[in-house]
Amino acid sequence: MYTRAYKSAVTVPPLLWVTAFLLVPYALLFCYSVWSVSAQQTIVHNWSLQNYVQLIRNPTYLSVLFRSLRIAAAVTLLALLLGYPLAYFLSFHAAGRKDLLYQLVIIPLWASYLVRGYAWKTILGSDGVLNGLLQYLHITRHPVEFFLYSPFAVVLTLTHIYTPFTFLPIYASLEHIPRNLVEASHDLGASPWSTFRRVVLPLSLPGVLAGATFAFVLTLGDFLAPLLVGGASGIMISNIVVSLFGAAYNWPLGAAISLCMLLLVMGLLFATERLERKLTLS
Amino acid sequence: MTSTRAENAAASVRTDSLLSIREVVKRFGSRPVLRNISLEVASGEFLTILGESGSGKTTLLRLIAGFEQLDGGEIWIGRDRLDQIPPHRRPVNTVFQSYALFPHLSVFDNIAYGLRAKNIAKAEIPNRVAQALAMVKMSEFSKSPPARLSGGQQQRIALARALVNRPGVLLLDEPLSALDANLRRQMQTELKALQREVGITFIFVTHDQEEAMALSDRIALLRSGFLEQVAEPRQIYGQPASAYVAQFIGQTNLLRADVKDQVARAGPLIWRTAEISHQVVFSLRPECIRLVAHGAMPQAADDSTARFRARILNQAFGGAMDTLELDCGTRQIVRARIASPGPLCGEHEFEFRAGDAIAVREESSA
Repeated sequence: MYTRAYKSAVTVPPLLWVTAFLLVPYALLFCYSVWSVSAQQTIVHNWSLQNYVQLIRNPTYLSVLFRSLRIAAAVTLLALLLGYPLAYFLSFHAAGRKDLLYQLVIIPLWASYLVRGYAWKTILGSDGVLNGLLQYLHITRHPVEFFLYSPFAVVLTLTHIYTPFTFLPIYASLEHIPRNLVEASHDLGASPWSTFRRVVLPLSLPGVLAGATFAFVLTLGDFLAPLLVGGASGIMISNIVVSLFGAAYNWPLGAAISLCMLLLVMGLLFATERLERKLTLS
Repeated sequence: MTSTRAENAAASVRTDSLLSIREVVKRFGSRPVLRNISLEVASGEFLTILGESGSGKTTLLRLIAGFEQLDGGEIWIGRDRLDQIPPHRRPVNTVFQSYALFPHLSVFDNIAYGLRAKNIAKAEIPNRVAQALAMVKMSEFSKSPPARLSGGQQQRIALARALVNRPGVLLLDEPLSALDANLRRQMQTELKALQREVGITFIFVTHDQEEAMALSDRIALLRSGFLEQVAEPRQIYGQPASAYVAQFIGQTNLLRADVKDQVARAGPLIWRTAEISHQVVFSLRPECIRLVAHGAMPQAADDSTARFRARILNQAFGGAMDTLELDCGTRQIVRARIASPGPLCGEHEFEFRAGDAIAVREESSA
């Protein structure tokens, strides 16, 4: 069969990779999360759970976490509501324009995230495109302030950024539905609407789930959009982590938050994967 | 010979017609797929649409089911214009080539699908499904997901799912082509028995001429968008309308003969015929050629039989029947199928009845 040299050539690089880029960082993260910072701004290497206690005691962290979850849920919902009809149209009704439209949906992914964030900043700002338009049309007299620097702006920006990520798995799952199932459904007397509800939608649920997971997890960990368009009221949990590792110089607390987020996301991924497998099997 | 087209027309017009296909035309882009197809299907009939791949047979079926739109002509069922009804309201059901069972539904829910879509009373559904399952001998699989069934079992479920709706016409798109040979023969027998039992009109599409002959009341042979011949299996085999039909249904020898004074000559083969034109193509089935017993009185062929000497080029053993390749001289090769003659070589005498050489049209009706 395979020689020993071949086997090690195949297995050693991934092992090294996993160790260097996953196991060691996670171990470090864990260590930092149980250490603490002294009054002299040095790291104290004594094990304690005080960072975690602080997380639960301090209402700021929890409220920001809940806001992050709410924003993530809103982005997920909006991305699904935008992504699913788009994917459905492309897969079932776009015919010859399919490839072109698909590329048009994908193209924004090649533009830098930062560019898209700044684009929304220019659109939503008080001197922005949207306010300019509203005043030009005499709908408003003064610039509307809440467009920018609000959770609304964060949701809008992230929905724009992550909708292609929800679109892709949904589109893939729709493309995988054998078309003769749709024909069989019509043949058996089900109307187009009923066919969608009873055949297409159930068979595309794994894609919906994968797309929802993408949007939710990516939004939950996002810190650039709140930084660019969120303002004080749009702060998310990752912004706190960033500041704890930066200006605040409290790596241990930052590490504790990170670890909690990591566990939360892993639990979520685990649950959706199980659900997805159940959906595909039945 | 010139009357075949009129005969075809006569064969396709039936007084007890249920489904009426009238001058149907279908194009894919600029490519014509069906060119002016007219066909009447009788109530309770088992009609097979037979043809090579690309002949348009599946397209014709999909037009009846409503998955494709006509480019010309009409399709009627009883007194209704079928081609103007959306597919989900047509009183026909389809058994798909790849079965197309819903993978997310159990066998029960697959079969109940059509009943629920038509808002059949909830209390009635379990009974109807149980009946349909019993009909295809699959009662114990009611709760299984389709993925757990074998190809033959999935086939039966697909059949039950279609028949449970009591369609006016059942459309079957090469339903047996994915099964292995033994199972396929078994399913053919069952399918035929089932059709007699339920009395529903079956329109069956296949490229397999043996299957078509074994199952059908009538065969409609389609060739690149034209109906080549519509007839009962025995007739289409015995009196093929064209050289193409003769070759497609079973094996045959096509003999290009010169006819003079009602005597046909194809190389060294000479026989009497009723034909009068100069150049005629004849179809002579290999099994119509007999080996003349050794030591039989050498005599000239009389009016009803043709006799010839030929050298055996090749003998292929085939169990009950051997296929011989015969060289009759002047490059006239014919094939003969003879019931286990034992090993042969050298020259032998053969004969056939003059009436077995059937005059056929050489070109299709195009």
